[in-house]
Amino acid sequence: MNASLPLLDVKDLMVRFRAAGAGIPFTRPRYINAVNGVSLTVAPGETLGIVGESGCGKSTLGRAILNLVEFESGAVRFEGGEVSARDKAAIARLRGETAMIFQDPYGSLNPRIPIGEAIAEVLRVHRKVGADAVPARVAELLRLVGLTPDLAGRRPHQLSGGQCQRVGIARALAVEPRLIIADECVAALDVSIQAQILNLLMELQRRMNLALIFISHDLGVVRHLCRRVAVMYLGRIVELGPTEQVFSAPRHPYTRALLAAVPDIDPDRLLAPPQLGGEPPSPQDLPSGCPFHPRCPHAQTACARGNAPTLRATIPGDLRAGEVACHFDLPPDTQQGEDP
Amino acid sequence: MSDFALSRGNWLERGIGALRLGRANLNLRLGAGIVLAWALVALLAPWIAPFDPIAHNLPDKLQGPSLAYPFGTDNFGRDILSRVIYGARIDLQMGVIGVLFPFLIGTTIGSIAGYAGGWVDSVLMRLVDVVLAFPFLVLMLAIIAILGPGLYSFYIAMALVGWVSYARLVRAQVLVLKTSDFVTAARSLGFGRLRILFRHILPNCIAGSIVFSMSDVVLVVLSGSAISYLGLGVQPPTAEWGVMIAEGQNFITTAWWITTFPGLAIVFMALGFSLLADGLAERLGLRQR
Repeated sequence: MNASLPLLDVKDLMVRFRAAGAGIPFTRPRYINAVNGVSLTVAPGETLGIVGESGCGKSTLGRAILNLVEFESGAVRFEGGEVSARDKAAIARLRGETAMIFQDPYGSLNPRIPIGEAIAEVLRVHRKVGADAVPARVAELLRLVGLTPDLAGRRPHQLSGGQCQRVGIARALAVEPRLIIADECVAALDVSIQAQILNLLMELQRRMNLALIFISHDLGVVRHLCRRVAVMYLGRIVELGPTEQVFSAPRHPYTRALLAAVPDIDPDRLLAPPQLGGEPPSPQDLPSGCPFHPRCPHAQTACARGNAPTLRATIPGDLRAGEVACHFDLPPDTQQGEDP
Repeated sequence: MSDFALSRGNWLERGIGALRLGRANLNLRLGAGIVLAWALVALLAPWIAPFDPIAHNLPDKLQGPSLAYPFGTDNFGRDILSRVIYGARIDLQMGVIGVLFPFLIGTTIGSIAGYAGGWVDSVLMRLVDVVLAFPFLVLMLAIIAILGPGLYSFYIAMALVGWVSYARLVRAQVLVLKTSDFVTAARSLGFGRLRILFRHILPNCIAGSIVFSMSDVVLVVLSGSAISYLGLGVQPPTAEWGVMIAEGQNFITTAWWITTFPGLAIVFMALGFSLLADGLAERLGLRQR
């Protein structure tokens, strides 16, 4: 395989849901545009963070990439092959190479199935090992995620949240995937457990050369874990680039506001006054022009007109330095140089 | 999976374990006791019934309760106690078979409708609406009238009419579970649709149907008796409680025992299953106290 070819290539992905209460005859159905033309690539072994506030479509994006929700338009290419809902063989291939880790550690495990059996089921479905080798492989996977094999007979409710999340990771690893999408996978855990799970993920990611898409609203965690980061707002990526670049010198006003809103652990330092007023607009009727303009401190009349700005290189001709979806080249924000 | 006996997640293990260890609530214990007692009565009928339930004995006709005939005799001199005991065989069988087939059919159709969605769901649910549009007993009577009276007609009618409640119940729960995280997880791991439906969704939504089926037994036994009473179910001289009440109604003013004891038998069997349903619901955490 060509080394320069991305593992995952997402082009103009668009996901929309029928709005609740719609479906009155002879009226046009209303839609919610959850993901609105997202393009991104992930190289083998790369870690990409996706951040944004609640409802910005980051979870939906993750699920659409894995074809767990259907997308309206756009394309997902995995290892060069296009994956669409109609192509069962392509989906089966995708399932054999990808896995997902969920937010709710209890909710993502079948409450009636002992965890060893839950892992064994994955091995059997994917025929990863012969039938007689399944118990040994289950024990190996449990040890790999830091659990003792004698927990195999327990059901999820007999385990702690952190243990369940480890089981979720073990199940994902049982597939032997090349890409894992972790959707807020530590948000429901205690801070001390969060660190354990994150370290486990990082270690496994490095050891197995996994590509990881890490969806989170926790900027600190993403900065710690990811090499690149995409910032989403209302179903669009507004800024994409190397994590350090984006966090230390954010170019998009939304990214700046997001970073400024991170509370500091030092109680003597006052919280910065909120830069953003109000709620994000309803995705049912998006603002014209730049979707961020109603809340943007730098908005000008031109921002409300035309199409939403698309991602462009911050340094012309050099995509690796980062991309931003803003009409303006804002002056570097000096306040943001420090740790969030 | 038997080596995980200590775990408490599986409803079956929990149910059985609860009965054995006596941890069950009062309703469950009482209900299970009554149902079990009826099952024993039905099973041991030839040994515990003092008289033949069918043979006439005209010299002793219409006798009130006495030591020889604790529940009295009917107009043919048959011992009511023996007939009630033999009647348990028929009525228990009616309850079990009359619920089993609707349960199986309804659960299958409901889960397919809920999981498949789309036009499959629409077609199946309209079918449910059609069945529900008729009054239950009227539809039962119509089907039995077409098939001809008898117990088998009753079972067929029950299967054709009774499945709708199970279908609706299961469909609603499948719809909820379909979007749950563990089902999405199963999809993301590449599990097939049948595996997801039968291994991951159904076991998690069947408990409600099982509880409902227990209270449904009551309805089935009562309607079975009602249909026998109307002459379309079990035929005389077979001992069945509904038939006995029908036969005894001519003597209600002179020989109250002919109708009263089979009536009480129906009440007690219904009570047993009701309590069992209630206790089971509580035990399985489907109902908060």
